[in-house]
Amino acid sequence: MYKSLQSFMLVLCCLLPIFTPAFAAIEVYQFENEAQEQRFKDLSDQLRCPMCLNANLSGSDAPIAADLRVEIYEQILDGRSNDEIIDFMTQRYGEFINYRPALNAGTFVLWFGPLFLLLTGMLIIWRMGKNSQLRNESAALSAEEQTKLDNILAGKEGKG
Amino acid sequence: MSNRMKLFLPGAFFFLMLGLLLFGLGRDPNMVPSALVNRQVPEFVLPDLDANASLITSEELTGKISIINFWATWCPPCHVEHPYLVEISQSEPDVTFIGVNYKDDVDEARLFLEEKGTPFAKVIVDLDGRLGIDFGVAGAPETFIVDSFGMIRYRHVGVINHQIWEETFKPVIARIK
Repeated sequence: MYKSLQSFMLVLCCLLPIFTPAFAAIEVYQFENEAQEQRFKDLSDQLRCPMCLNANLSGSDAPIAADLRVEIYEQILDGRSNDEIIDFMTQRYGEFINYRPALNAGTFVLWFGPLFLLLTGMLIIWRMGKNSQLRNESAALSAEEQTKLDNILAGKEGKG
Repeated sequence: MSNRMKLFLPGAFFFLMLGLLLFGLGRDPNMVPSALVNRQVPEFVLPDLDANASLITSEELTGKISIINFWATWCPPCHVEHPYLVEISQSEPDVTFIGVNYKDDVDEARLFLEEKGTPFAKVIVDLDGRLGIDFGVAGAPETFIVDSFGMIRYRHVGVINHQIWEETFKPVIARIK
């Protein structure tokens, strides 16, 4: 009984994080229209908190993330475009702040590296498959060899 | 390429990846490259912490090498580095130490400097953290080296201690003198 209770508690503890909603700071922003609100959400999802290693602005409790959310909010109300806001952030915090970094020489490997590795892997698997196929084919017996084999087998059977 | 050589490819690839990963291990993940190095100091006009309500502008940062230190009384690491800053500010007459009181209670900040002494020739008040954003600051303490033309030359995140001063700050200062 004690043991089963113990394991039950253990399971419960493991599940706990699943049920805890990820609380970010609760802030109220008033927008003029829904498009602005959507842009605010998109931008704070796409931009990374400069202090935390892997959280976006919308998911971070860090003070700097809150400040940058305010910055985005005010710039949206000022009528700045998404590109202008992202430029503003990259000028100050570098490409680091953008989860979708611009495509340039420095980020080329980042963008296409995984695709390159995937294609190389597929190529290798394909080549290996072809090689083993070739080997199987060359392992097949010619008609002459087949009759020879049959004879041997027959001979063995005859002896046995 | 001969078939024999091909056998070495997976091994070569393995060691290449190993090397990359080892290189990655040695790097500090908190080292975020600064976008502002080799750029001009952002323009600002902000109040002086000295109560007589005068303003400090970005133009005052030219003419001499300055160390710009973002600090606040709510920031424990700033308390840690403060005595050391006081010490080096006295031994380095060639550089001006400028403080930026970052998102702080101004009265507490004045009290703090009165009690513990000040390394700063001037302290800029950045109440809402806007100057911090313009400098690409993520938190306090952060310290920038600005050359005599008002160009940012180095950004340091975190506490400054003797070792960091000797090994990173001094060489940069010597280079831009």
